[in-house]
Formats: sequence, C-alpha cells, structure tokens
Amino acid sequence: MTTTDVETTIHDLSATHRAASETHLDAIGISAWFSGTRVLENVSLSVPPATVTALIGPSGCGKSTFLRILNRMHESIPGAQMAGEVRLNGDDIYAPGVRVTTVRKRIGMVFQKPNPFPAMSIGDNVTAGLALTRTKVNRAQRAELIETSLTRAGLWREVKDRLDQPGSALSGGQQQRLCIARALAVQPDVLLMDEPCSALDPTSTRRIEETIDELRSEVTIVIVTHNMQQAVRVSQQAAFFLAEEGQPGGIVEQGLTDDVFHRPQDPRTAKYVHGDFG
Amino acid sequence: MSTSASNTPTTLRSSSEPRLLEPGLERSDRIFHGLSTLTGAFVLLVTGGIGLFLGLQAIPTLRHYGLSFFTTVVWQPELDHIGIAAVLLGTLEVALVAMTLAFPLALMLALFISDYAPVKIKSYLVSAVDLMAAVPSIIYGLWGFFLLQPHAITLSRWLSQNFGWFPLFHVDTDPNAAVWQQSRYTSSVFIAGAAVSMMAIPLACAVMRAVFDQAPQGEREAAMALGGTRFGVVRTVVLPFARGGIIGGSMLALGRALGETAAVLIIISPAYEIKFRVLEAGTQTISALIAGNFGNATASQLSALMTAGFVLFLITLLVNTAAAVIIRRSRSGAGTDI
Repeated sequence: MTTTDVETTIHDLSATHRAASETHLDAIGISAWFSGTRVLENVSLSVPPATVTALIGPSGCGKSTFLRILNRMHESIPGAQMAGEVRLNGDDIYAPGVRVTTVRKRIGMVFQKPNPFPAMSIGDNVTAGLALTRTKVNRAQRAELIETSLTRAGLWREVKDRLDQPGSALSGGQQQRLCIARALAVQPDVLLMDEPCSALDPTSTRRIEETIDELRSEVTIVIVTHNMQQAVRVSQQAAFFLAEEGQPGGIVEQGLTDDVFHRPQDPRTAKYVHGDFG
Repeated sequence: MSTSASNTPTTLRSSSEPRLLEPGLERSDRIFHGLSTLTGAFVLLVTGGIGLFLGLQAIPTLRHYGLSFFTTVVWQPELDHIGIAAVLLGTLEVALVAMTLAFPLALMLALFISDYAPVKIKSYLVSAVDLMAAVPSIIYGLWGFFLLQPHAITLSRWLSQNFGWFPLFHVDTDPNAAVWQQSRYTSSVFIAGAAVSMMAIPLACAVMRAVFDQAPQGEREAAMALGGTRFGVVRTVVLPFARGGIIGGSMLALGRALGETAAVLIIISPAYEIKFRVLEAGTQTISALIAGNFGNATASQLSALMTAGFVLFLITLLVNTAAAVIIRRSRSGAGTDI
C-alpha cells in the first residue's frame, strides 16, 4: 500500500466521520428470541442524528438485547434470533450481502464492564480496531489517531506519558474511557453504550457523562442506563422499555427525554420514572 | 454505637499483639481435609518412590560405566559396551517428529472446536477427541504399521527424492532406482513419530481447547464490536490469552510422546546409531529398548535398563513440571477484572 492509498483511506474515514452528524438509525418492527423464547416484540425506534437516545426500563425488559440488535452483536449468541429491520441511513444492516464486520465498524459499541485488551499497551488498545479491520496507517497517522481518540474520550491528559503501559493497569473509569477511545478510533457513525457506567464510581461516571455530551455533535449515541438521573442528564430522547410478567418486552413510551420524564403519557412510565418500581 | 458503650469489656486487650484465633474448621471439614491431604501425599509418595527406586537401581550401572554410559552409542551387553547416546537421540527424534505433526493439528483442532464449530457438534467433537486419547497405544502401533506405513513410505521416498540434499530427509539408498528399496523407508523415526503424534494430539488439543474456552467473553465481544472477523478475535484475544496453555499443553504432549512404548516398539526396527535421517529405517528409543530387552536380561543388564529408564523419568519429569509451571503462570480468566 502506498502512502497515497493510506491517505485516501484516512480521508475516507474522516469523510464518513463528518457525515456522522447526519446519520439516521431506524429500527423497524424488531422482535428477538433466545432459544425460541421471545424476549422482544415488534419494537420500533427512530434515532435522529447528533442526539443521545437513552433506553430505560427495569432489568430483563430487553433493552440490552435491543441495543445489541442495532449492531448485529445479538447474533453472536448461540440460539439468538431476530426479526425486523435496522436501517442505517435507509439501508437495512441485516440485508443479504451486507458484511457484519462493516456494520460493526460503522456502529461501535461500549460494554457494561470495561474490556480493554490486557496484553496490549494503551496505545495499541486505541488502534486495535485498525488492526482488526486491516486498516493500514503510517506511524504519524497512528500517533495522531491515538491522540485524537483519547482526547475525544477525555483520557489523553491522564495517559499521554504512558501510552506504552498495559491498558489493564488503568483504573476502572480510565479503562472504560480507553474502551470509548478504542471504539471512536474506527470512526463509527453511531456509538452504542450498554450501561457504560454501572461498574464505575460516581466521579468516573461524571467524566463519562461529560464525554458523552462532548461526543454528541459528532456521533449519534444510543445508551442503555439503569440510572434515571443519568438518562435525564445525558439524553435528548428516551425510550421506556417494559416486559409484563411472562410477556416479551417492548417500548411503552418514547419521545423527548423531558417529556418522558416530566410529562409521561402512560401511567406505567410515570410510575417507573418516579421510582415506584424497577 | 450506643450498645458498645454498655458492653465495654472490663479488661482491654492489647492491640499490639495478634490474637490467637481458634482454628475455624468444622469436624466434617477436618475429616475431608485430612483425607484429601492423605491422597495428595500418596500421589507424591508414589512418584517419589518410583524416582527413588529407579535412582537406586541405577547406581551400580553408573558406577561401572561412569560418564561413558551417556556417550556410548551401541547397546551390546555381551561385549560390555552399553550406552544410551543413540537411544536418547532416537527418543528425542521420535518425540520431536510426533510434536511437529501434532502441534499444528492440535492447535487447529482446538481452535475449530472453541471458535468455529457449530454449537450442535461442539460437544461431539470434544468427546471424539477424548475418545482419541482413550484408544490404547498398541492400536495406534498397529494402525501405524499396517495402515499408515505402506502409504507413508511413498511420502518418505518423495521427500528424499526432492529434498534429499537436506540432511534430515536424506536416505542411504538410491531414491530414483527403478525398483525402489521399500525396506529402507519402513520402520523409521518418521513413521513411529506419526503414530505417536496420534496420541499427542488429543492431550495437547484438550489442554488448548480448555484454555481457549476460558478467553474472556468481554474481550471477544470487544474485538467483534470493533469490526473484527472470527479470525481477528482469535488473533487479538484468544491466542494472546492462551499462550501459556498452548505451550504447556504441547509440553505435556511432548512428555507423553517421550515415554510412548507400544506403538514405537511395533513400528521401529532397532538400530543403535547416531543419525538424523528421520525417513530412514531403524532407530531406537529408551522405552522401546526397555520393553524389548527386559524379558531376557541378566541382573546387570536389568540395572542398565533401569538406568536408561531413570534418565527417561528425569526428562519427562522435567518437561511435565515445566509445562505445569507455564500453564499455572498463564493468565486464566483474571484479565479484565477491575
């Protein structure tokens, strides 16, 4: 690969990245099964560009399953099935011929438990996605990408002098921000976050919420959270999931976060956001 | 703490000395503890006993032959020429050929079972590999002699025809002869090693697969979510995580290969010679030497065989201990905990 090719690749990547603020993600009629048991029924959600959408609801109502359907992580679980469509800028990501690796590259994910690659240095962790997707960069571009990604994840100042140290030596909150930087380094259009703060202390949680707020203008974010104050703080749009006893889960109410929390239409939403159950 | 005020002890203990605590084990725990300690001690006793027994038996031989026991090539008790130089080399050669064949196969098989096989057939494959380990070694010997050998010699000949310039693949005969001398290619280190590899594969594969399965799910998902392929996940997460298990499992299998007797005894024709021509007929290993000469040995010959056995015992002990240390030191599941 010549240098010009490399530059083109990088250029293309940043081009898609700029377009990220116009990324629409639409889930239409999503159902999901685990080993034949239906856990989600006919869920539709539209995620507008450059916003944070919070998925809230009690445990076991299918929020995480729904989130994992949005970047095709759901199908990696044995016995998992789904129905419906997920459209990224109008194109169904489950359509035949669409490569799952491409989908996951464009729709990144941050998990509940920080999961940096422990055998890799902090710097290598950030660029792990490039190695995994066989994107070649030269040394200078790599250094720049590490700095930009870590800066966007709010970790650069803390780790810039020890990029060669293992990622596992960081604190839990720093590890989670390293995972955010790693996800951002592949320049996704959408970032999915599955309870990213539930394993973290309040200070780290606040740092990550600040990071989410800063990222919002560049990347469309969907976040699952059990913390309702967090949903109010970080999101503009919210969807309340609920699964009645023995029934598959679904969205009870969705809309602007302000409306869902302060002027809920459904009595069940009102009860949940007031902390009566869950 | 309002209650503690009323319960203040009359005499305060000094906090500078550690308190003596009652041992916390219940009676049933103590019984089980004792039983398991006993079992553990028994295993150590048996292993130590074997080593001690062989070591004692080796003393007269080592006193008689001294260092020449390790440098003498031939094994001719009737002429008082006894040494394990050729036999030791043959043992290592058979084991190394076995591992050269077994390592890639075991690794690929373990990766297939842990990361590629459909869930439905995974358990069947695991049982099949376990079954492979359960097949008696004499069966692998017969398989090697009657089924493998007639075909393997064709490969041996082809290798010596085309790569005969390489000392390992050279065979002392004319490979291009119109009527080729098949008997020069039979009973070789290569064929014995191939049979032994069938016994090394399941052992190495079982250890590797167990370690691959322990690779943290969180890290696997992270690699997938970054757009990695299955091979990407294997390369980024599974292999780095399992390095210790791969090395350790291979060394356990090597230990097994070093001591393999029945299959080797059936296939090889004994030859006491320092040579590295693995495709050529004739070699000898320590275990086959003992098994083949044990029956009609005199007392001093028996001591010499025991000494050879002692050397083998020490080598396998060393290899297995190293394997155990490597497996124990490898990162098994601890990685991503906060």
